[in-house]
Amino acid sequence: MVSYLVLLLLVLGVAAYFVGRSRAVASVGGEVSRLHSLPGQHGLFLAMIAAGPALLAVLIWRIATPGIEDSIVQSRFAAELAEFGVPQLQAFLRDARAIAFGGIVSFPDETKEAAAVVFRSLHQTSIWLITAVALILAAGGSFFGYSRIAPAYRARHVVERVVKWFLILCSMIAILTTIGIVLSLIFESILFFSEIPIFNFLFGLHWSPQSAFTGAGGDAGDVNTEIFGAVPLLAGTLLITFIAMLIAAPVGLMAAIYLSDYATQRVRAVAKPVLEILAGIPTVVYGFFAALTVAPFFRGVGESIGLDVASESALAAGVVMGIMIIPFVSSLSDDVINAVPQSLRDGSAGLGATRSETIRRVVLPAALPGIVSALLLAVSRAVGETMIVVMAAGLAANLTFNPLEAVTTVTVQIVTLLVGDQEFDSAKTRAAFALGLLLFVITLALNVIALRVVQKYREQYD
Amino acid sequence: MNMLTEAGVEQQLADQGNTPAIKMRGKGVTVHYGDKQALFGVDLDVPEKQVTALIGPSGCGKSTFLRCLNRMNDTIPICRVGGDITLDGEDIYDPKIDVVELRARVGMVFQKPNPFPKSIYENIAYGPRIHGLTKNKAELDAVVESSLRKAALWDEVKDRLQEPGTGLSGGQQQRLCIARAIAVSPEVILMDEPCSALDPIATAKVEELIDELRQNYTIVIVTHSMQQAARVSQRTAMFHLGYLVEEGATDKMFTNPDDKRTQDYITGRFG
Ligand SMILES: Nc1ncnc2c1ncn2[C@@H]1O[C@H](COP(=O)(O)OP(=O)(O)OP(=O)(O)O)[C@@H](O)[C@H]1O
Ligand SMILES: [Mg+2]
Repeated sequence: MVSYLVLLLLVLGVAAYFVGRSRAVASVGGEVSRLHSLPGQHGLFLAMIAAGPALLAVLIWRIATPGIEDSIVQSRFAAELAEFGVPQLQAFLRDARAIAFGGIVSFPDETKEAAAVVFRSLHQTSIWLITAVALILAAGGSFFGYSRIAPAYRARHVVERVVKWFLILCSMIAILTTIGIVLSLIFESILFFSEIPIFNFLFGLHWSPQSAFTGAGGDAGDVNTEIFGAVPLLAGTLLITFIAMLIAAPVGLMAAIYLSDYATQRVRAVAKPVLEILAGIPTVVYGFFAALTVAPFFRGVGESIGLDVASESALAAGVVMGIMIIPFVSSLSDDVINAVPQSLRDGSAGLGATRSETIRRVVLPAALPGIVSALLLAVSRAVGETMIVVMAAGLAANLTFNPLEAVTTVTVQIVTLLVGDQEFDSAKTRAAFALGLLLFVITLALNVIALRVVQKYREQYD
Repeated sequence: MNMLTEAGVEQQLADQGNTPAIKMRGKGVTVHYGDKQALFGVDLDVPEKQVTALIGPSGCGKSTFLRCLNRMNDTIPICRVGGDITLDGEDIYDPKIDVVELRARVGMVFQKPNPFPKSIYENIAYGPRIHGLTKNKAELDAVVESSLRKAALWDEVKDRLQEPGTGLSGGQQQRLCIARAIAVSPEVILMDEPCSALDPIATAKVEELIDELRQNYTIVIVTHSMQQAARVSQRTAMFHLGYLVEEGATDKMFTNPDDKRTQDYITGRFG
């Protein structure tokens, strides 16, 4: 019913566009140049004013009615619902709706049946109401808009303003989502820190939240605050990131130098896209590559030279992650190296410098800030990477800097805390939010530093 | 006496000390960029310790010829050079020749000042360092100072040697680039429109400098300014559409050119 209404409004909008256009043209007898705005803009204006307010009304109705319906039902059945707590109340409303509009009902009973009848009639009324309102708005808008169309009417300004607000709305959605996510991280973390002192979290050396509950039966829920120390996770994250950068930074940088300064056009045309394909491989694929190929390989090599390498090791995860971020480093540094003006290379060559001297002494120093920021972005990428470490680095929160042992990272622990059946209000699951916040702060800081460095770099050539 | 050939006259003048030795000589120089030919058999001699100006309308191949003289065209993959170019009688396109060494002997200053994003000191020290010309810091300091003095920049920058070269004014930057080229003690300095990005005062300074540098260096300069060519050069070569139209003493070229195209170009009728 409502979907027909929306469809009707859209058709009206399209029709209004053409009507507005031809009316504008007709109003000047075909001499389009006498119009203040283009015929198309008059058309858009009429379409917007005819269908826009009505569509907006439908949208508001869609968002607002469930809440209104719920509160009306609640007040009608206040007596029956008086004893209910919040979860029971929600279950009641859910079931009543399911009976009324179809769906899965958990425990039908008479009160719910009665509530369902109320729901159904309320819904019917509200549909009639919104249809009437929308049609009135559409009719009013159409007539108003139609009467405004005249040669001197400034339809262009109206259209521009509406477009502007539409764009603002779109960017608001992105910004508000980000803010919402950050706020939810912060709120959950505050709850977590009210149970576990923040000091224990940031500086504790012991991490084993799976054994969080000390007591049993009546005591269950007492939380051992000593086992939420994030230091082993940070150490594991750092270790793996370090190994990854040890691979990715030199290899990526050299690849970038080759691509930008040595490769011929033809090689570059092939090599650059291929390198970028490497960036398009899903991280899970790298994950099983790490777990099934690289880790056993390292263990075999370790055994043959008498070293004890765990089957899940920081080394394997770090190396594969390093390979994964090579294209990231190389493509970002390739951009900054290419941004160094050719005139500097010519100047150096004109003084008799060889190509490698020119790169080492002129190009790289000039591109250094950009390269540093590329590396920082790569680090923040490595810190946030999950799949490879889940599959190849292990779950044991060892506090170690030995790359041959299994370690675990912040991201891996977030995953293990949240998979499976969980109550989302225990210290254990909230710990995941605290870890998420920690991760967010770290990568944010890295990104801010990287952006700062890039800004400084920009000023140099302008 | 009247029967003397042209070559004979030249020889005679050389004996009298009027015609200096030939530093660089181009014979039948051709250049192709891919399929497109940019120079057609150019024969041009560059006399030692004189300023040779290359003039001609835009796109006629002046920069191309200039870049042949120190093989800067090698950095352009599609560029092919034919014919002979010699420096002190040695073929510079001979495979035995080390380009690095050639460019140390034939330095280049570009149209747009291009100081490295390093300190003023490091800009000058760059060439001596890569060629290992100095044994210690004191020697390097001395080279930096004398190069800056020769480029008439010392007094302006002696108190700020550690500041970035990019922070200088355009004219100062160009003189810094000239000093940078001088620091490797080249024999020939090539300049491609060195003043085109400068204001008249900075231009006057650079021109004055070029005139002084003539004492010690052979200079080839590309310019679009007829006045500049007349002021600073002793020889002038006129290019048109990839051909060398004519070349000769600057005085003669500007007062009584042989070729109508030179006449037209100098008087501003085309180009
Ligand atoms: N890198 C290049 N690739 C392809 N063609 C080139 C290249 N450089 C120059 N050319 C061509 O060679 C011809 C001569 O160019 P050149 O730069 O020598 O002219 P010019 O006399 O220096 O002109 P201007 O006074 O404008 O600097 C031009 O037709 C130009 O299009
Ligand atoms: Mg040129």
